[in-house]
Amino acid sequence: MATYIPHTDDEIDTMLASISLSSLDELFSAIPEAIRVQGALELAAGVSEPDVLAHLESLAGRNGRDGRGLVCFAGGGAYDHEIPAVTRALAGRSEFVTSYTPYQAEVAQGVLQALFEYQTMIARLFGLPLANASLYDGASATVEAVNLGVAASGRSRVWLSEGIHPHWRQVVATCATGTGHDLVTVRLDGGTTRWPDPGTAGPPGVVVVGYPNYLGCLEDIPGARALCDATGAVLVVAADPVATGVLCSPGGQGADVVVGEGQVFGSALGFGGPYLGLFACRQEHVRRLPGRLVGETVDTEGRRAYVTTLRTREQDIRREKATSNVCTNQTLMAITAAIQLAWLGTEGLAELARRCARATHFLHDALVGIDGVTPYSRAPFLREFAVRLPVPASTVVDRMADAGFLAGIDLAGAYDGGEHALLVTATERRTRQEIDAYVTAFTKAVA
Amino acid sequence: MPSSSFRGTSQPGGGQAGSAPLLGGTPEPTIFELSSPGRSAWSFRTTGIPETPMTDLVPADHLRPEPPALAEVSERDLVAHVTRLTHRQFSVDLGAYPLGSCTMKYNPKVCDAVASLPGLTAVHPSAPPSLTQGWLAVLVELEAALCAITGMAAATLQPAAGAAGELTGLLLMRAWHRSRGENRHKVIIPDSAHGTNPASVSLGGYQVVTVPSDSRGCVDMRALRTVLDGDVAGIMLTNPNTLGLFEEDIAEIAAAVHEVGGLLYYDGANLNAILGVVRPGDMGFDVVHLNLHKTFATPHGGGGPGAGPVAVSERLVPFLPGPRPVRLDGNGGLVGELSYGWAVPEHSIGRMHSWHGNALVLARALTYILLHGSDGLRQVAEVAVLNANWIRHRLSGTYEVPFDRPCMHEVVLSVRDLRREHGVRAMDVAKAVLDTGFHAPTVSFPLIVDEALMIEPTETESPQTLAALVTALEGIAAQARSDPDALHAAPRTTPVGRVDEARAARHLVPTFDAR
Repeated sequence: MATYIPHTDDEIDTMLASISLSSLDELFSAIPEAIRVQGALELAAGVSEPDVLAHLESLAGRNGRDGRGLVCFAGGGAYDHEIPAVTRALAGRSEFVTSYTPYQAEVAQGVLQALFEYQTMIARLFGLPLANASLYDGASATVEAVNLGVAASGRSRVWLSEGIHPHWRQVVATCATGTGHDLVTVRLDGGTTRWPDPGTAGPPGVVVVGYPNYLGCLEDIPGARALCDATGAVLVVAADPVATGVLCSPGGQGADVVVGEGQVFGSALGFGGPYLGLFACRQEHVRRLPGRLVGETVDTEGRRAYVTTLRTREQDIRREKATSNVCTNQTLMAITAAIQLAWLGTEGLAELARRCARATHFLHDALVGIDGVTPYSRAPFLREFAVRLPVPASTVVDRMADAGFLAGIDLAGAYDGGEHALLVTATERRTRQEIDAYVTAFTKAVA
Repeated sequence: MPSSSFRGTSQPGGGQAGSAPLLGGTPEPTIFELSSPGRSAWSFRTTGIPETPMTDLVPADHLRPEPPALAEVSERDLVAHVTRLTHRQFSVDLGAYPLGSCTMKYNPKVCDAVASLPGLTAVHPSAPPSLTQGWLAVLVELEAALCAITGMAAATLQPAAGAAGELTGLLLMRAWHRSRGENRHKVIIPDSAHGTNPASVSLGGYQVVTVPSDSRGCVDMRALRTVLDGDVAGIMLTNPNTLGLFEEDIAEIAAAVHEVGGLLYYDGANLNAILGVVRPGDMGFDVVHLNLHKTFATPHGGGGPGAGPVAVSERLVPFLPGPRPVRLDGNGGLVGELSYGWAVPEHSIGRMHSWHGNALVLARALTYILLHGSDGLRQVAEVAVLNANWIRHRLSGTYEVPFDRPCMHEVVLSVRDLRREHGVRAMDVAKAVLDTGFHAPTVSFPLIVDEALMIEPTETESPQTLAALVTALEGIAAQARSDPDALHAAPRTTPVGRVDEARAARHLVPTFDAR
């Protein structure tokens, strides 16, 4: 067994004696005998580090096809972007990894300043004045945005575009069973959202739309802004943060709240977590902001310092009246994103978006040239698209795995005709060679 | 660094890990102030993909004229900047972090190695079961271990942190009551509870009913009975509670709540104290959330990522979030050669995460559990409780212990005497602790203790380190009497002095652009 307990047996005996006990069991005398564990837990005994590592390595070896990793063409909010050695090294610093929430600001300036820089970067990407210090993931950020929107508008009806990630919509729906929000899913038409007439349908309190949406299509954000102006609704845009390198800023186009999935900035695919919920909003919503916020201040000597602020919104002070229940969030992922965004810089972010767009369009044009493969929609897209297939998408994913590719995301159950539709992306990491090989394999897979 | 021996004699050497003060006394400019236009660090693969103009790919009205402004720095500047920031940050790896309720124990490095295995990190979450058998095995193994540890029937691994677990548990309770045609409105919470409990209750669509603690620091049974009725959906309890005390009447509480048709929710924040000793399931709990970043030593990351799995008793299993990772074999469900797949429970409340939970955190927790096993986990609880009681014993003559009886994994002290007599508050003591090279204890929590100092040493701090902490706290208590102003001025040796929190709120500067 591995142990991380430093005490020797002799030291334990000495400590027990000093508190007038003769055995470790006596420490638990407050626990009624009747409910105690008799014997040991139904778990194996502990084993050594190399043994455990070997076990986990063997499990890890069972992912992929026959133990071989797959070249990734799947996205849907989780993208295979470059994570440079410098990001890994800095984000892995144990001062960040093994510290707690910065409650004692005087010994937490490292985390606090990194979060302040993160907030600045996210605010700039999304074109809004304010960003919080992170939420769990894209889904939780959307839930919080909906809650903020309902509170701000005073109306609980939420128009949720079908172009929002299907899983995020499911989480919003789960949480709405507690809050009682009235969710209306608004269908896509040709790849983009067709909003109902608020006069007939009743005005929404919150409108949620993607930019680009889950299928990669570019929605009409100024149109959604006009809808919100006409109805007094709060506009929430779920944006792809990489796309902000080239696309118009969602805040600049009128979003009140912008949310997103921040995994793209330095976090591993990691089977879906830990990821990073991005959240930015207008100044007027600052008192409703969910989660932590870092602000700049000074210390007793007048030196610049950082501290978590507007704490009276938070659960540990406001309790049942808090703006959110979030406590532990995804600080390490936020710091990672700040490091990755500093590595990218202004031009690197734009170049990243351009490279993704070019690779994806290059792939798109090749795929829709294959017999029986057609675009799922005709709407403009940036770095992800869906295609209709002559065979089930699950078959294509399976056959493509044999060729060494994760072909994309099977849209079965998520969208009309999804059983025969696949969502595909090519990031900046995909080479011409990989794309050519993918297209060749795809041609066989759909035959 | 105060030097002391836990045996009470001055022995040199041996075992004193102690703590160290931070470097980084010089303010670090923001990355934006280090920016120099045109400087860059990025580098992408050579792909051979044609450089088509963006206007050929996307309608021009969607394209912005300029990219958003970010810092422009060299890789070397970036490394220096971030490294200097880390010198201004305390961490478990630097020293003892006795922050009560937060369980800042040492995080084994082998768990980092597991979380870096390419076979785990490079897996896309949408990949079908045939391509993710290894990951599904990790999740299924972890679920089984957590159920064995808690005495529950099944668990969801989706919630990303404790608070997300709480909301998940409350929605499970709600769905269960609804399935029985009942629409209850109230959830009971002790006044010593974590703030996330009432906040989660509100989001779960329930009203909070607070019950007081009795003179022994436990739930006041008489008060509890007065609020129990058919409108109570359940009670949320932390056991050991936030005073570090075991709720000895737990069986009676469980019977009383079940009697009125309510459910018992276990806040697992303090599960580390009772590993292998007693299980929430055997205490009568129906829903249990676990903080893997506390009990199972996954690193806190400066405030996350955590992971907050929720385990439930048999009758709540059909309501768990889905899809759930499941074993397919041995169940009449053989599909090809696959051993694992996904299943959506019959009455599932739905998803609680974008994907499958904080998977790499879950893999670390499984690693920790396998390393320790049934024997090692029990030792974790034993030594955590031993350390806390030793601290209580050693400090009880120096600081007031409001509930002075054997504690579990943490001890709550009060400095209300020091405040009354010398104007020294718990926060002043905490700030003075920072000057000794240790992290401060938790202050001002639980709310029911005036001027609380909550110390959780954890099992991974040596007796010598504890002795040094005790010496430091004794010195601070002495100074509170002799020179209280010195404590008001603490900390003095940290990278910055006491920060002006009021100014931060009054004159909000949440970004570099707002200054």
